[in-house]
This record gives sequence, structure tokens and C-alpha cells, in this order.
Amino acid sequence: MRFGRACLLILLLGFGLYVGCSGAHAASLDEALSHFAADDFDQTEIGINEVAASGSPRAEIILRALQNDQLMFSAARKTVYIQDDSGKLFDAATGEPAAGAPPDDLDNVRINNRLRGTIEAALGTLTLLSKDADTRFKAAQAVFKSHEASALPTLEKAIAQEANSSVKLAMEQARAAIFLNMPGVSDAQKLAAIAMLRHRGDQDALALLADIPSHESPQVARAALDAIQAIQTRLAEWDVVQDAWYGISLGSVLLLAAIGLAITFGVMGVINMAHGEMVMLGAYVTFFVQEAIRRYDPALFDYSLAIALPLAFLFSGIIGILIERSIIRFLYGRPLETLLATWGLSLVLQQAVRTIFGPDNRNVGNPSFMSGAFNLGGITITYNRLWIVCFALVVFVALIGLLRLTRLGLEMRAVTQNRAMAASMGIRTSRIDALTFGLGSGIAGIAGVALSQIDNVSPNLGQGYIIDSFMVVVFGGVGNLWGTLVGAFSLGIANKFLEPYAGAVLGKIAILVLIILFIQKRPRGLFALKGRAVEA
Amino acid sequence: MRSGSHRLIRSLDRGSAVFLAAMVAIMVGVPLLNLLVPPTSPFHISTYLVALFGKYACYALLALSIDLIWGYCGILSLGHGAFFALGGYAMGMYLMRQIGTRGVYANPILPDFMVFLNWRELPIAWYGFQHFAYAALMVVLVPGVLAFVFGWFAFRSRVTGVYLSIITQALTYALMLGFFRNNFGFGGNNGLTDFKDILGFNVEAETTRAALFSISCLAVIFGFLACRAIVASKLGKVLIAIRDAEARTRFLGYRVESYKLFVFTLSACMAGIAGALYVPQVGIINPSEFAPGNSIEAVIWVAVGGRGTLAGAVIGAVLVNYAKTFFTSGFLAPYWLYMLGGLFILVTLLLPRGVVGSLHHWSALRRDRTSAAAEDGVTEPAPAE
Amino acid sequence: MKIQERLERKENEAREAFERTLLFIEGVTVSFDGFRALNNLSLSVAPGEMRAIIGPNGAGKSTMMDVVTGKTRPDTGSVIFDQRHDLARLDETEIALLGIGRKFQKPTVFDSHTVFDNIELALKADRRARATLFWKETAREDARVEQILKIVRLSAMRDRLAGNLSHGQKQWLEIGMLLAQDPKLLLVDEPVAGMTDVETQQTAELLKEINSEHTVIVVEHDMAFVRELGVKVTCLHEGSVLADGSIDEVSTNERVVEVYLGR
Repeated sequence: MRFGRACLLILLLGFGLYVGCSGAHAASLDEALSHFAADDFDQTEIGINEVAASGSPRAEIILRALQNDQLMFSAARKTVYIQDDSGKLFDAATGEPAAGAPPDDLDNVRINNRLRGTIEAALGTLTLLSKDADTRFKAAQAVFKSHEASALPTLEKAIAQEANSSVKLAMEQARAAIFLNMPGVSDAQKLAAIAMLRHRGDQDALALLADIPSHESPQVARAALDAIQAIQTRLAEWDVVQDAWYGISLGSVLLLAAIGLAITFGVMGVINMAHGEMVMLGAYVTFFVQEAIRRYDPALFDYSLAIALPLAFLFSGIIGILIERSIIRFLYGRPLETLLATWGLSLVLQQAVRTIFGPDNRNVGNPSFMSGAFNLGGITITYNRLWIVCFALVVFVALIGLLRLTRLGLEMRAVTQNRAMAASMGIRTSRIDALTFGLGSGIAGIAGVALSQIDNVSPNLGQGYIIDSFMVVVFGGVGNLWGTLVGAFSLGIANKFLEPYAGAVLGKIAILVLIILFIQKRPRGLFALKGRAVEA
Repeated sequence: MRSGSHRLIRSLDRGSAVFLAAMVAIMVGVPLLNLLVPPTSPFHISTYLVALFGKYACYALLALSIDLIWGYCGILSLGHGAFFALGGYAMGMYLMRQIGTRGVYANPILPDFMVFLNWRELPIAWYGFQHFAYAALMVVLVPGVLAFVFGWFAFRSRVTGVYLSIITQALTYALMLGFFRNNFGFGGNNGLTDFKDILGFNVEAETTRAALFSISCLAVIFGFLACRAIVASKLGKVLIAIRDAEARTRFLGYRVESYKLFVFTLSACMAGIAGALYVPQVGIINPSEFAPGNSIEAVIWVAVGGRGTLAGAVIGAVLVNYAKTFFTSGFLAPYWLYMLGGLFILVTLLLPRGVVGSLHHWSALRRDRTSAAAEDGVTEPAPAE
Repeated sequence: MKIQERLERKENEAREAFERTLLFIEGVTVSFDGFRALNNLSLSVAPGEMRAIIGPNGAGKSTMMDVVTGKTRPDTGSVIFDQRHDLARLDETEIALLGIGRKFQKPTVFDSHTVFDNIELALKADRRARATLFWKETAREDARVEQILKIVRLSAMRDRLAGNLSHGQKQWLEIGMLLAQDPKLLLVDEPVAGMTDVETQQTAELLKEINSEHTVIVVEHDMAFVRELGVKVTCLHEGSVLADGSIDEVSTNERVVEVYLGR
């Protein structure tokens, strides 16, 4: 609704401007500037358009100054100034420093939201002819958004001389947007414009088409309706892709949180309720590293995660080994007691972090390569999510490799399969137990580094993941890393596809219920091991 | 012992008798000391303490319900807080409907939060809760049915051990998420509160509080006797058999899932009653009661007292909660979670039988040693002959 | 012997076997992750018979017991009990209630119950939850428990906790529990593992005594014990029957010697 009203406003405005500025082509910069001294919104508007139309190289600077509230005027001297950040005055027309003392009646050229739009459009027009292709492209996008008729002459000129095809397309789309809302345009032109927007096919195009004036000819109206439908279908398809991406993204988070658990619970059969706290410790290591960098060498900030990763692995891993040696090894074969003891441990760890770092969220920054986003077709992908998906997969592959290819992995598998036999082969089983638990905890630690990028770093960070992680491991099948991978991504994707229908919370509940039902069918998970080994 | 006449009497050993006597004394004594002894007397028990003890009694009943399934059947539920909270909500809904026009918005039918949310009609789930009898039925029925359905699925597909623990935890987690939502219809974040009266008695009144305390104690006594009767019956022996060797029990022809389902459902009903008694005494019920941490904390009460000993569950609940009250109200408050966490670790590592369980064990050891010595003097065990 | 004659005799044997069997296992295959624990196994046991099953580790002896008692479902094949019941469709409880009792390889008793209570829990009675809640002991049942305790020579231990028994005593207690069940068929998995020679001898006698009223299948590695039993022996190998017959026939069988007994 609000968008519609805004469009209408812009439409009317554009119309007014078109009429208003058509007679003002030849106005000089000085004349144009004089409008600003009138301290009247309508006069200022005329001024903006005349400045834009003046063709002066100063035009952009003046308009930007106006945009930033840095354009001043003195009614007494009938002069317009630009005031820079330090408060110095420059003559707006020439760019020379203002002579003499500042005038007594110096005042801002006031603007309102309507004028801001006008400035945007005017700047868009100006930059359409810039030498830099990127600037031209952005200008074309700006014109598309504002689709003000006043930009049309410049736009036509720009299209005529544009060599870059993608910029040209953007400009043509902008022209289409203008045509669609401009009176006195032929049906043929409107149909071409609709086709153009249909081709563009995004939410903006949809909004433009939906706001098409009602008095259009049936042909145009029909074409617009068709285009709307086509775009909606396309957008729906992209929505599916977007949901799938969100699902993969959530799945990678679940995978990171669960993969350490797949080692401690899946491989060793130790139920570690403090697993989430290992993740939390990893996140705090990241915080700590970033704090140290901020204090001693801010230039290293982009490397903070690379520094934090090994530290988090070691820190959480060592804590894990300490836990195994001091508590868990006394409780082997008593899973329910292990569960209680490790829950107690999680309380202690949380409280310890709360005592040291305080109960509030800690600020962990994104390095530059993890901030920002890019568009892929109809969806937006943020870099941090993308990197986390990649990171989760790398950790997974590395872990599989570790278990398959290294001596330590071989011994771990030997101990889990037949402890007595492994011991008699000379493997120090208690050492392997400690190392395996340390490995699982260490992986939880590096998961914490990744999760610190997308989640609040607080003492409660781990709690939010523990139930989900267990669900992933149970769903995927205990003792099977591939099961954990498939489990994490299928739960992530299922969650995101349920969300639009059920909402985030009900979606989560639905997933829990589905897992409970799933366990009915396959009590040992998707990729269950069969046979006597499991029963033992 | 086996030839005793009445089941209940037969089931009472000396320890239980002492425990019951103590419970009766507390049930009668505390309200008397609160109501009849003047506040100036050193023997006076303040209303604050009565409410506190009443809360402990509810926790004790919850602990009993957990002990029945964990101590005797090996089912570790990390979701019993859910049944407790459901019972509490059922009672809370009754109490909300009793407020009537005394609420802020003075709506005779709709509780305040519904008026606040611009609801026009009472949701169907709230029908009937103006009647105490209906609410009381729901206190038992809602947790019971949930436990039955959940247990039917879980036990039939032989989800045992930690798997069961984790999905019970997921259950209470899911319920917590649900109850936090406003459109779920149970007050959302704020839960149900500002209660005025129960069965016509003002919930804030000293006499009401004393009565609620006594009723809670009575509930503990009845819960204890019921558990005692079950544990002493052959069904109780089957439960222990399931705990010790589930497959063996199955191969003997017992339908293990029926036994588990029976005792799990019964336990959930007990937890529901505990929750229902809890709510009028603390004056509020909100979704945080479903938090997984609460359920697992209740498990540690049982572990401290000694699982598999009913009196131990009660004593453990009171001990841990007294410690909690003591520590969280003073300058030691930041250290309480260390204490609680440490308690989890130390009890499982060093005192796996709990306080009462260890006492039992030591006395049994001494008895065994003396009787074995006596036997050795007379006859040698048979098979080696 | 002519081939024709031999075939005919085999056919007749098979028909007879089916008509007069208590347990009839036919073409049962069970595989775990591609490994065939049982491979087209066929076996029949007559009522009142005692059968000894031998074979190397991994021959499928325990898996066969799992299939018969419902712990493991066969992939293919059928297991017919008493010529009526397809055990492949029933679960452990239903099979136990049909009258099949099982002793585990590792002695499994209820550690925190007394010896008396262990037997009493196994005693044939209504197994439903409601019945056990309101159950009252009768003098007859009491006497029956005492009788069984006497058979398994544990009378002196009646009030001890089962967890405190020695390994051999636990084995016996478990056999006693089987007796209390009064099953039609007893499956006994390695009853003399970890027993002294004297205990082994006594166990053999006990099993023979039990066999006077019950059908018994014994899985055992101890050849001296199997010889002591003096019953028909079936040797399993890689999930199917390698040889059967008397202990002397089987122990001189070329292939049995090769895969199991060793030269």
C-alpha cells in the first residue's frame, strides 16, 4: 500500500517536473543556484532540476552537498555556499573559498523527503553519462527505482551512446519503467516496456507492473497481467531455490554443531551434554583473539578467524581431554550417569564464562571477506553463510580423512570396534579414548569459531544447539559420519521449507515431532548399523 | 514378610514407617505453628516459610514420580518438567477463570491477556475450566494422555536409554517453544498469573496457604504409598527386572512396553498433580517451567537422595531445593550454578546410590556379612558339593 | 546305495520331519550389512528331542537362536513352531508365551532380585501388567519355586541377591528360570561356558533331567560336554548345516574336522 502511494506521488511529481523543467534547459548555473536562496521547497525543487540540467561540472558536487545538508545560502548576499566538514565555506558556483567573514544570515538550504527523491533522480540523471561503467549502471538502477520522467532525455542520450551491454540493458529497463508510468506514450512502446520488465522479472518489476494505471488499453492491461503472472511463477521458483539455500545454510550450521558430537556420541558412545559448551568456548576464543588483535594490531583483523581456528581447536580439545580424564572415563558403560554429569559440567562451564566475560552478548566481527552479499539469479547469498557452508564441508571431509587415513583414525576405529582386541594389539586404549574425546571437543571448538560469525556470542550459545545436534546424530544414525551429514542437511532443508507454512517455532516443533515419529520407523536412524555389534 | 496380610502394611518396612510418621508430623505441625503460635514466639513459622515448604512438597512429589520410572524401571525422563508444567497450566487455567471481572479489563469470561490480544471468544481449550472438578480431571488427564501417546510410540519401537532421555528432552523443549507463543492460547511469555482465589478461598490468605501446604504433604504421602504399593507388588518386581535385564524380561514372556507405558503414564499423572499444587502456591505458571534444565534438575534431586529409594527421592528434592533457596538468596548467588553443576558431577561419580541409597547399601552389606558368616558356619553352598 | 533310493529316503525323512516336528526351520537367511549370518538354513527338531548344535565362531548358532526367539527377523524363509505358529511374524514376548524359553550365552539374571524372586518372576503365570499389580502368591507357587530351586541346587541361596552369585550359579539360576517358565522348547546357549569340570558334569545331568519333560536345543563349544549329553548333533558352518548325526558320526565327518574340530 505504502509503496503504491509512494509510486503515485513520484508519478505526479515526475509529471510536474517534466512540465516544469522543459522550459528551463538553457538556464545557467548561477540562475539555477538563485532558486536555492528563496528558502522555499518548490523553488529548491526547480533549482535542483536546473542545476542538473545546466551541464556544469559543479552540478554533482552541489547536489551532493544539498543531499548532505551542506548547502548553505545567505538571503542578504544572494549567494549559495558549500560548507565542508570543518565548517569552511566555498562558493557553490565556483568552488573558490568564500571571501571575507561568513554572512550573518547563513542558513541551510532545507530539504524534505520529497526533495531527497528529486535529488536522487537528478543525481541519477547526471551520472548516467559518467565515464565509469559501474557508476552508469548504478545510475540506471537509480532511475529505474525513481522512474521519473525528468530523467528521460538524459536517459535516451545515454542509451544512444552506451556500449556496455549490461549497462545498456539496465538503462533500457529504466526507460521501460518510465514509459510504463508516463502519459502520452504509445501502446506499442508500453507493450515493449512490459516485455522488458517481464524479462527483468524481479520484485521491483512486479511492483511497477502491478501499479500500472487503470485507464490503459485492454491490450496493455492484458500484457501487464500476463507479465505479472510470469514473474510471479518465476519468483516462486526462485523462492524454492532461496529456501533450499537457507536450508543448506542451516544444515551446514547443524552439521558443524553435530559433527563433533558424531565423534563423541556416535563413535565413542559417550553422551556429552556439555558439547554445546565446547562450541561456546570456541566462539569465545574467537572473541578473545579479535579483542587481542583490536588492541595490538588492528591490521590483522582479516586474519582473526584463521588465527582463532587452531587456537579454538586446541583450547576446546584440551578442555575435552581434561573432561574425559577427570570425569567421563569413570562413567564408561553408564550412559545415563554420563548424561547427568556432563549436564552438570555444562552448567559449570556456562557459569565460568559468565563470571569471566559477563552474561551479555559479546561482539565478534566479520572479517571483510565474510561481509557483504551477492546476487545469484533471483536470490541473495551472503558471504558469511556461503563460507560457513564451505567450511562445514571442509571440516567434514577432513574428519573423514582423519578417521580413514591416519594412524590415529585407525586406532580410534579399532578401539571402538573391539576394545579388548585393540588393547591386546598394543593400542593404549585409554589414551585413544582421551584423544578421541579431545578430537570431538576440538571440532566443536572450531564450529564455535564459525558460529560466532552468525550467532550471538553469549554463555548460552551452546544450549541452543545441543538438542538440535543430538537430533541430527540420532536421525542420521549413530556411529555413521555420512549419516550425520545427510541428517544435518535434510533437517536443515526440511526446517526451512516448513517455516513459510508453519512459522519458525511451529516448524521447529513439527521437525521434532517428525523425528520422534521417524524414530518409530527406524529406531537406529537413517544409516543404521545392523548386526550384533550394535547390540553389544 | 511374604505372608503379610495387607499389601500396604506388608510393604512398609521400618524406614518407610519413620518417613511417613515424619511426613504426617510436618503436615500437621507446620500449619499449626504458622497459624496458632503468635509471630513473636520462636516456634512460629512464617507464612513465607509455609509457602516455601509447600513448594518443596510439590517438588518432592515430582521427584517421587521420576524415581518411580528411573529408580525402578530404568527410564530416565528428561521431560518430566513438561508433565509438571501441564498439570500446572491446567490448574492455572482454572485460577484464571476464577478471576472473572476482577481482572484489569474486567471481562467476565476472557482472561486479561486474551482481552489484551483483542480476542473475542474463549478458545475451545479453555472451555470447562471454570469448574474445579473439570480442571482437576485435566490436571491428571492431560499429562497422562500425553505420556500415554508419547510412551506408546517410544516404548513400542524400543527407544531406550539415552535415546529416550533425549527425545523426552526434545518433547519438553518443543512444548516450551509452543507455550512461548501468544497464539498458542495460554498467555505466551507471561504465562498465567494474578490469581485471586481457589474454590472461593483467597490464594494469598494465610489459612489458604497453610491448607495448600497440608494438601501438598498429603499428596506426597499418598504418592509415596501408591509408589510403595506398586514397587512392592509383583508388577514392581517386573519393573526392576526390566531395569536390570530388559531382554531377559521379554524372553520370559512379559510385554515390557505395557509395563513401561503403565508406569510412565502413572508417573506423568503424579507429576501433573505436583504441578497443579505448585501453581496456586507460587502464584504463577509460565513457559519457562518447560525448560529442559528444570526437568534435568529434578532428576538430580532423585540422584542426590538415592534413586530406587522412595524416601530418598523426597529427601533429595527437599535437600537440593533448600540448598538452592539458601544459596541463591545471599551473596553466594553467583556460585549456585557451580554448586549445582558440581552436585551433578560429584553425585554421579562419588555417590551413585545417593544419600539414602548409600545408607541402605551399607546396612545391607553389614547384614549380609553377618548372615553369610552365620551360614558359612552351618552349611556350605550347595552346587559345589 | 543307489542314488534313487537315497533321494527317496531323504524325501520321506523330510515329510516325516515336517509332520512330527516341534520346530521346523526352512530356508532361513539373515544378513547383516551384506554378511550372511544364516544362509538358507534348514533344521527340524522333534518333540521331546534334545539337540546339540556345534560349529565354529560365526557359524550362525546365536543368530539361529535369535531368529527362533524373535530377536532377529529372517530376511527369507520360515520358522514354524508346533506346526502352527510362524515365529518369523511374532515378537519375543509372543514367542515366549507360546512356550519357548531361552538362556543367553552370557548368564542374564535379575541382579537386584533375590534368587527366589528370579524364579518366581519366571514362573508360568498371567504376564499382563494388571494381573501382576494385584497378584497374590499362593502356596502352590511357593512350593513350585522351592522345587525348582532344589532341581538347580540353589535352595540354600534362596534369599541371596542374584547379583552376588558366582558365574556357575548364575548359569544354573537361569536354567532354573527356564524351567519355571515350563516351556515346550528350551534354547540353551553355551550353558557350561566358564564352569568347572564338576559343574559341567552336573549341568549335563541337569539338562538330561530337564529333557525328560521338555524339548531342548543346546548350543555348545565344549565337545566333552556334548559327548556327555549323548544326543543328536548338528554342526553349523557359515550359516547352514554342515553335518548332522550322532556325535561319533559328526566328529569323524571330513568337513567338520576340517572347518571346526581341526586335525
